[in-house]
Amino acid sequence: MAKSPAQRAYIRRLAALMSVYMIAIIGGMFAKRAGMLNQPATIAVALLSGVCVAGVFWAIARLIVEEKDEFQRMLIVRQAMVATGFSLSIAAIHGFLSAFDVIAKTDLYWAAVLWFFGLGIGAVVNRIQFGTWGQCA
Amino acid sequence: MKNRLKVLRAERDWSQQDLADQLEVSRQSVNAIETGKYDPSLPLAFKIAEIFTLPIEQIFDPKG
Repeated sequence: MAKSPAQRAYIRRLAALMSVYMIAIIGGMFAKRAGMLNQPATIAVALLSGVCVAGVFWAIARLIVEEKDEFQRMLIVRQAMVATGFSLSIAAIHGFLSAFDVIAKTDLYWAAVLWFFGLGIGAVVNRIQFGTWGQCA
Repeated sequence: MKNRLKVLRAERDWSQQDLADQLEVSRQSVNAIETGKYDPSLPLAFKIAEIFTLPIEQIFDPKG
């Protein structure tokens, strides 16, 4: 399936962000275990990892803005809406359960992981309703 | 909304991809419009009408 210019740009951005993310997270973990990271360096590695994830949200926003094919754009928006509903619902339920000490507290970055998983659910919803997965993976 | 896209396309012996290329959209978009799963925006509907050199109402049936 031919990719639109917006989709190609999205893939380029995603690849760049994920490359930096992998280097930051893997390099940071090794350096931390080896005791090579002082406090400012630890903060820098943590911020770099978080900013890369935030960058993925930016890349998806740019994809929505730049995609000229209105049907494909609608599929991406639907995916993002499903992902948002899914991740925020689980975050809210989990938050109250942990607030009442029913379950353990979890690192907040899992909300972003859930959101990305929700994109996959959104693709399935698109496939059922419109016969196509969409092109935002 | 019903439309005659599939018939008009067949009359011209165009594949969905041929029409998609002319409209500068994906083949999936043409398929979604043809099967009535997606109603195109006004600009895209005008573009479709221009390509088939027909008035919009001869392609799309709002009562469908």
